[in-house]
Amino acid sequence: MSSLSQPVSVSSSTAQPALPGRDRPSLVTIEYRTLTHITGPLLFVERVQGVGYDEIVDVLLPTGEVRRGQVLEVNRDRAVVQVFAGTRGLGLEDTRVRFRGEVMRLGVGLDMLGRTLSGSGLPIDGGPPITAQEWRDINGLPINPVARDHPSEFIQTGISAIDGLNTLVRGQKLPIFSGFGLPANELAAQIAAQARVRGAEEEAEGAVSQEFAVVFAALGITYREASFFRRHFEESGALERSVLFLNLADDPTIERLLTPRAALTTAEFLAFDQGMHVLVIMTDMTNYCEALREVSSAREEVPGRRGYPGYMYTDLATLYERAGRIRGRPGSVTQLIILSMPDDDITHPIPDLTGYITEGQIVLSRDLHRRGIRPPIDVLPSLSRLMNAGIGPGKTREDHRSVADQLYAFYAQGRDLRRLVAIVGEAALSREDQRYLAFAGRFEQEFIHQGDANRSVEETLDLAWKLLAAFPIAEMKRIKPELIRRYLPSLPAQEEEED
Amino acid sequence: MAEVGSVVRVAGPVVVAEGLPRARLYDVVYVGPLQLIGEVIRLQGDLVTVQVYENTSGLQVGDPLVESGAPLEVELGPGLLGSIFDGVQRPLPAMACSAADPFGQPFVRRGGQTALPALDRQRVWEFEPKVQPGQAVAAGDVLGVVMETAHLAHRVLVPPRRAGTVTQVRAGRVTVEEPVVWLDGEPLTLLQRWPVRQRRPFVRKLDPTEPLITGQRAIDMLFPLARGGSAIIPGGFGTGKTVAQQTIAKWADADIIVYIGCGERGNELTDVLEEFPALVDPRTNQPLMQRTILIANTSNMPVAAREASIYTGITIAEYYRDQGYHVALMADSTSRWGEALREVSGRLEEMPGEEGFPAYLPTRLAEFYERAGRVECLGSDDRIGSVSIIGAVSPPGGDFSEPITQHSLRIAGTFWALDTDLARRRHFPAIHWTRSYTLYRLGGWFNRQVAADWEDHREWALALLQRETDLLEIVQLVGADALAPAERAILLTGRLVREDFLQQSAFDDVDAFCPLSKQYHMLAVIRHFHEVVNRALRRGASIEQIAGLRCLAQIARMRLWDPAEAAAQAQALRAAIEEEVSHL
Ligand SMILES: Nc1ncnc2c1ncn2[C@@H]1O[C@H](COP(=O)(O)OP(=O)(O)O)[C@@H](O)[C@H]1O
Ligand SMILES: [Mg+2]
Repeated sequence: MSSLSQPVSVSSSTAQPALPGRDRPSLVTIEYRTLTHITGPLLFVERVQGVGYDEIVDVLLPTGEVRRGQVLEVNRDRAVVQVFAGTRGLGLEDTRVRFRGEVMRLGVGLDMLGRTLSGSGLPIDGGPPITAQEWRDINGLPINPVARDHPSEFIQTGISAIDGLNTLVRGQKLPIFSGFGLPANELAAQIAAQARVRGAEEEAEGAVSQEFAVVFAALGITYREASFFRRHFEESGALERSVLFLNLADDPTIERLLTPRAALTTAEFLAFDQGMHVLVIMTDMTNYCEALREVSSAREEVPGRRGYPGYMYTDLATLYERAGRIRGRPGSVTQLIILSMPDDDITHPIPDLTGYITEGQIVLSRDLHRRGIRPPIDVLPSLSRLMNAGIGPGKTREDHRSVADQLYAFYAQGRDLRRLVAIVGEAALSREDQRYLAFAGRFEQEFIHQGDANRSVEETLDLAWKLLAAFPIAEMKRIKPELIRRYLPSLPAQEEEED
Repeated sequence: MAEVGSVVRVAGPVVVAEGLPRARLYDVVYVGPLQLIGEVIRLQGDLVTVQVYENTSGLQVGDPLVESGAPLEVELGPGLLGSIFDGVQRPLPAMACSAADPFGQPFVRRGGQTALPALDRQRVWEFEPKVQPGQAVAAGDVLGVVMETAHLAHRVLVPPRRAGTVTQVRAGRVTVEEPVVWLDGEPLTLLQRWPVRQRRPFVRKLDPTEPLITGQRAIDMLFPLARGGSAIIPGGFGTGKTVAQQTIAKWADADIIVYIGCGERGNELTDVLEEFPALVDPRTNQPLMQRTILIANTSNMPVAAREASIYTGITIAEYYRDQGYHVALMADSTSRWGEALREVSGRLEEMPGEEGFPAYLPTRLAEFYERAGRVECLGSDDRIGSVSIIGAVSPPGGDFSEPITQHSLRIAGTFWALDTDLARRRHFPAIHWTRSYTLYRLGGWFNRQVAADWEDHREWALALLQRETDLLEIVQLVGADALAPAERAILLTGRLVREDFLQQSAFDDVDAFCPLSKQYHMLAVIRHFHEVVNRALRRGASIEQIAGLRCLAQIARMRLWDPAEAAAQAQALRAAIEEEVSHL
């Protein structure tokens, strides 16, 4: 699938500035045949001159194939190069290396919308080349915190566990912590199809569309998974507002280091230059981290936890922090990141470091999945850190915060009791405790579970009140009395199950 | 003429150069055609190793390296308050500005920014001298005062290690670069400089004797921090480190807040920037931002500057301490600083210690926390100032056995252990009551200032919670039925302490800040309830009856009391409890 042999999209244009801060002619013709060492994805080239750190490299094979690489280190006349398409088939004698005198760039343009590109940004859908409106360093630049606009617009996803308890806002970065075999893709696709912003009238002028444009980055997922997403985008009519970057399972692993950067560069262009609201979906970040580890071990770096490099936090942050809003600019970049927790272990470095950077996390549970709850979101370890900014009067509803807090309190209590029941039996529980236990069950069956339904936030909150009504008012410590009076349905305290 | 060396190696933020025989450790150098800011961190033969505070992309072997001849310093003087800087004290608002548009340059670009000074050179201040020509002065003496904000008198001091006779004084409107006082003919300006890696001198350290009041019940009542002390808040992601730091930054009774966002989220700083100017400091009626200085080096900004940001912040804190102020410094998160240290160390190919951290990690941590303290300042007027440090720690996997938590624990006086399980149940602040501790003995202060039995209540609450924990373990094994009524009462009261006292939402208008007297009354009501209930149980009342008391709902709403009415409310509620229980 890789068409890396034709550097179409990643620039070699002479109109481009060379490495920042210098005016070296960009038509560099020197080719080095001085490879001394190949290990893993790395090449060591000697007797080089004028090579810049981070600069891109063409690796030329005798067959005429060209592979793209990047300089990881320069040390006197020696350069270490990582080759994105891998080093398979390279020999020390007949491989030539050409340093390009510029950092990795991507040509971005509005005609990327509707297109499918490779993991490094080359069209693979048989269509014409992208007309670049601009060439951008795919590493981007950090947003000055002063220039950030705090995300605060509620996104209705139609999913109660998210809208009600872990609300997403425009410009947020939110990962889904999944496990092998859990339906994270379905959830992400459902969110992409249903997500909408309410109260869109008050939109800052200049925004071209209320609807999300989707930038999708496949990182080492299967063909089947990728086509699942494509089909979904097609069905929801989002495909012409989408750009797909595909690095699939059988594509070069190291190329995965480029894919999210290319995707985010595109997203930033669409959002901050073209005024669009962009939803970036990246899946599966675990594969990205594996690629990072592979490069690190080839460099014989001191490994951090479980063999992942010590700089993985920083590396991930340079991706995830490319979400947000910028003052005075209409668009936004919202990230939905999918990752698989190895062994369902949330303390594994990949989910752990991600959770330390992102603005919350949605955690899927194998237990709920087995019990047929869809989506199987475990709300206890899930969190949206930007929820408070996006809810309340004028945004969702005045009772939102306290209803969420109360649901959490009751559900956590009920979950604790499940453990106890396993030991002492349900009969040993007090009446109050049995009420918590029953609540936890109904909460999962009726509130979390919703299948394909698309619920408005009002429906979600009303449903919550219906479940809360099982408790005496005195128990609802988290809710102000006036809100209870206003919203509590006058149901008999013990209503029968329905569904 | 500055020396010019040349680059021989580039690996991420670490650059090695040669040709700088006069380089000194920790000197600032400018690297490459973009003049990226760097700092010398190792000298070895004729090789000079530099950590660069900006992205080194594109740097080549042979690129020039220019000596600045000075170590990494901060600018000190009026105008710091209300500012936001990056890790090496570059002014972020000025960097975002282009021509007329204050946010026209939203991305942090590299190089060329040495031109933007930390302190505004144009701004004019009113200098009021406190000395006269002919007067002999020594280091730390007050030369004069500038009203930096409506409330803060910025004391302009004789710099450390300087002394002499005042030969000339200039009162009135000056910029920071204009001389205001001449010492033996040598001009002194409002602007002073200090190398960040060196602590500022003082006469001597004093024992911490008074608390830094935070308005947070779990902190002030159970695990208080002393002014001039240090605290660490370790916790996995989402356990509430940042909210705790920001809440303390808002409500702590300090004169100055230095808030360091070290390797964390951009939006969290935006949060502070948007919220603090709108919040009013109850002590001065001024916007909170006017007592706050922000240092922002977010996770996607260059890693080496993250390492420096901690020192930039603490040096500024010490500068205000030296003027006789109480400064509270928050560092979120010290783990990111430690990791920056590790990353640079790794690139230097140093021998790694535990989990890849350099062997000098514990020393560096200790040096940092030791810059906290309540001190007698230099100068002849017996000023006392303090710096309190509150460091967040982000242990991998939430496991406190890792090196940064462990080494910090050995130094810090207060330990607020955030618990993942509590956070998941939305028990906030998720400060764990049996794992946390404070080494500061502040009971005497509270007994004198708030209530004579404050410390007694504190000990009662801690003992009760410990007892509850033990009992809950039994319940997990055999169920609650096995417990005696008095033991079940402990479970009931324990739950009240946890849910109705310790839980405190940082986002509630009324409850976000709880004054000491209200804290005391709330806990005293719960203790009273416990005693009344125990008497009733001995009289033969059942635990079920007690669990059904209506006054429990009132106890749950104590947090909403108007602080001014807390005493009266508490008295009424005690009476209501007695009345209701008497009918059992
Ligand atoms: N005192 C508190 N009151 C209410 N909510 C809190 C409190 N502390 C933390 N939270 C909740 O927990 C979330 C995570 O807190 P945060 O401080 O960002 O965690 P950390 O910095 O440890 O990752 C917040 O977004 C907020 O929803
Ligand atoms: Mg935090």
